[in-house]
Amino acid sequence: MDKITIGIPRALLYYKYKDLWINFFEKLGCNVIVSPCSTKETLENGKKYLNDEACLSIKIYMGHVDYLKDKCDYVLVPRYVSLVKHEKLCTNFSCLYDLVRNKIDVPIINYNIDIDKKEDEFYAFTGMGLALGFKYAKVVKAYKDAKKDEKISSDKRLLKQKSILGSSKNIKILVAGHPYNMYDNLIGKPIIEFLKKNNIEVIYADIYDKKYLKSEVERITKRNYWTFNKELIGSISHHKKRMDGIILLTVFPCGPDSLSNEMIIRNVLDVPIIQLVIDELDSEAGIITRLESFIDILNERRQVHE
Amino acid sequence: MNKIISFPHLGNYSVPISFLLRELTKYEVRESPPITKKTLEIGSKYAPDTVCVPFKYNLGNFIETLDNGSDILIQAGGGCRYGYYSEVQEKILRDLGYNFEFINLIDSDKMKIREVYRTFKKMNKHLNFFKFSYYMLLTIQMIRYMDKLDEIIRHRIGFSLNIKDFTNNKSKMLDEFSKVNSFYSLTRKYFKYKKIFKNIKIIKPNNCIKIGIIGELYTAMEPFSSYFLEMELAKNNIEIKRFTNLTYLLFQKRRQTKKMLGKIKDYCTYTLGADGMDNVYRCKYLIDNKYDGIIHTKPFGCTPEVGAIPIIEKICSDNCMPIIFFSFDSQTSEVGIKTRLEAFYDMLNVKKG
Repeated sequence: MDKITIGIPRALLYYKYKDLWINFFEKLGCNVIVSPCSTKETLENGKKYLNDEACLSIKIYMGHVDYLKDKCDYVLVPRYVSLVKHEKLCTNFSCLYDLVRNKIDVPIINYNIDIDKKEDEFYAFTGMGLALGFKYAKVVKAYKDAKKDEKISSDKRLLKQKSILGSSKNIKILVAGHPYNMYDNLIGKPIIEFLKKNNIEVIYADIYDKKYLKSEVERITKRNYWTFNKELIGSISHHKKRMDGIILLTVFPCGPDSLSNEMIIRNVLDVPIIQLVIDELDSEAGIITRLESFIDILNERRQVHE
Repeated sequence: MNKIISFPHLGNYSVPISFLLRELTKYEVRESPPITKKTLEIGSKYAPDTVCVPFKYNLGNFIETLDNGSDILIQAGGGCRYGYYSEVQEKILRDLGYNFEFINLIDSDKMKIREVYRTFKKMNKHLNFFKFSYYMLLTIQMIRYMDKLDEIIRHRIGFSLNIKDFTNNKSKMLDEFSKVNSFYSLTRKYFKYKKIFKNIKIIKPNNCIKIGIIGELYTAMEPFSSYFLEMELAKNNIEIKRFTNLTYLLFQKRRQTKKMLGKIKDYCTYTLGADGMDNVYRCKYLIDNKYDGIIHTKPFGCTPEVGAIPIIEKICSDNCMPIIFFSFDSQTSEVGIKTRLEAFYDMLNVKKG
């Protein structure tokens, strides 16, 4: 029997679950293809499937699926509704599966996570493994091993960030955005590269110890119910004392961010904050100018404090 | 001094809401001033840029009513971004320097009657559970009757000899509804106006154009936010079918989800968030019932609808159903909407022959 090839689009939740996904499928004995980093072409390809008001991240996602469509047996398109009880994710994640199914003619392997309806990750992954035709025991073992590997690599990233936080004397900026925006080649990469070129330590908001998440979030907002935004808010409140500045990185028109960022800007007053909204019209010069002046402000501020 | 309580507008539903508040609290109820261009202007001035339009309308309502002397504001939650409106709006208003009490009626997605009761109990110590549930049910019944009468009006208003027959009677009806005090008088009023609306003289051709309006809930229920789209259609002799109303959102939606998913399983396996899947089902319904066209309305950047639109487009193109999409923002020009609507209407006329 030939090996099954699974395609994983390098967008949206890939940046959060890549270790879990790749390890799970490799332990099951599948080939895994990850689509290459997004380019202008990816965006152009993705745009034609969607309404022009859709957010930039999901347009890029469709472009990645489009790239994978004749290169693999199945494309992984999961559906996420809620990860924590009484909390939600952006509705884009819950319509993603049906969107891809209706718009792009490609075989899909799918799982559904909805904690409010008692569909958790273990149940979802075993269901997916069985649908691919593997034995139950093998699937369970693959899931558990993949979960362990995910833990190890996330610990590694946490340690690396901690060492930067402890040692470096440079200006530190917290980049607070969803992982799929921060690490994307089109959205976050140019900004982060520019910061690094200017000798600034970039701290990623998604890497931190989420032990005290609840109490940290409540310092800024009480009713927010988007899990990913809560994690960002928790990270900001966790890091802000050690930061020189915060960049709120978002795309146009992100639904949850529009309200949640407004709340952050109005409540976090002791650290300079800049909100960068990236849209598909490419205007890097404008963003670089704003960043330059932001960095100048931070430099001045530091000199005054010293 | 007696405190004044107020809430944002949502179409005609301000009548039952203010009725409920008047009966259950000891405060004076003052509706926020009617929505005008100015409301939207104020709202968009202080709201975040990329937020959807209902937020701006609500914020404008709040600011206008606070300037008018209100002390307590009420906001509901639930749905997609609606649930988080209240906290951000409260923060914005406090930053502007207003002094007020802010009450959020519904906390999570599901309405918990005991929590609502507790909220009202805080406002009025003499309230007991019997009185609370009596007026709650009376209000719900009023909303039901209003929605039923609205449906009759929508079927007939396009063909009346004089549109004012309907609009005048409707405002009379709302006025009388707000003065009822028992189920008996409410039901009598309902049947009285049902008779009136059914007896207004109309000339309805057999093959009139029928259009279904689907889309996001606020633009569907608040006529100002869709620039009086339904009125515009009525002037052109069109029968209108609209699905979204409070009865649907509060009671029918939860029961029907499974049934709807079964009917459209070729297009949707899961719900799409907020009203997304409902709208795909409505398309299917309108196609099956041989409607002539569909109008989809939403505020700019409404995430669940934007996600559902590609699927709606597909189901419509698979079945050769004309559909037009309207996206309302604070900058939308009324003339542009009218022109597009006229073109759509002309196209339907030609298609019908």
